[in-house]
Amino acid sequence: MRQYEITFIIDPVLPGDEMKAAAKAYEKLIGDEGCTIVNIDDVGLQQLAYPINKKNSGIYKCIEFQTDAGDVIPKIELAMRRDERIMRFLTVKLDKYAIKYNEDSRNGLIGTNKKASTKKEPEEVKTFVRKDDLTLIEGVGPKASKLMRVSGITSYTALSAKTPNELKDILTKGGPAFAGIEPSSWPDQAQLAADGKWTELNKLKASLVNGIVVVDAEEE
Amino acid sequence: MASRDDIKFLSNPNLGKDKKKYCRFKKFGIRHVDYKDADFLLQFINPQGKLLPRRITGNSLKYQKKVAIAVKRARHLGLLPYVADLLK
Repeated sequence: MRQYEITFIIDPVLPGDEMKAAAKAYEKLIGDEGCTIVNIDDVGLQQLAYPINKKNSGIYKCIEFQTDAGDVIPKIELAMRRDERIMRFLTVKLDKYAIKYNEDSRNGLIGTNKKASTKKEPEEVKTFVRKDDLTLIEGVGPKASKLMRVSGITSYTALSAKTPNELKDILTKGGPAFAGIEPSSWPDQAQLAADGKWTELNKLKASLVNGIVVVDAEEE
Repeated sequence: MASRDDIKFLSNPNLGKDKKKYCRFKKFGIRHVDYKDADFLLQFINPQGKLLPRRITGNSLKYQKKVAIAVKRARHLGLLPYVADLLK
């Protein structure tokens, strides 16, 4: 039983579902050839060190699989060469140390801090829907907006649909750093932002201090 | 005029002491060089993106070869540049 690892870069310009279809197609191809897939690592969107096909970023994916028959490799590589969605690929035969290394890194034994931080970012990238800049909301800082994104709130519309209590829950779960943040005005602000009423939003923001409505501003 | 403090170290004070170089792979028992870990491989290339010699990194021959292969693979996959300027 030999173990191989195939890393490839998918064109980031493709629509989301086609990107997934491309990745799925190769998982299926490898599975159909009678290989057992050991692990699939979705690295996600990453900056390239130099432009490839005039593109500056790509979606990385790495599939580790076992097989007895080495002749499946040329088949997979031929398919990738013919596929315009694949920008680059690399197949590597893994020796016993590499297998052990990959296993360890999956279990978080290697470079724990580094792995944890790189794991988080692709997650954020995956929710590629259309990210609004939540930090424009008064009271939401860079940290809090990240927390919101991880919790599935990526757009103004999603934020405006939440009640202040739900937001408070998310913030308290996020840790002690967020405990002092008062989200009661966020849905209103987000509603304005979602509607594109920026002047109204700015007016509202001017009347807010730390996310709390100042009393005399309410008379307006 | 230079005061006495300024001329204290006209030559590098560390010149005399020989710091023994070592192979970090052997020392820490790393058996595999991962080509996907670009941050790690950055330690073995210079600001122009060229491989550093063993003379400087202190790698043993066995692991220098593996590093070289890993860097070349990383370049192919666009994780490291082939040519760069002020990389670090």
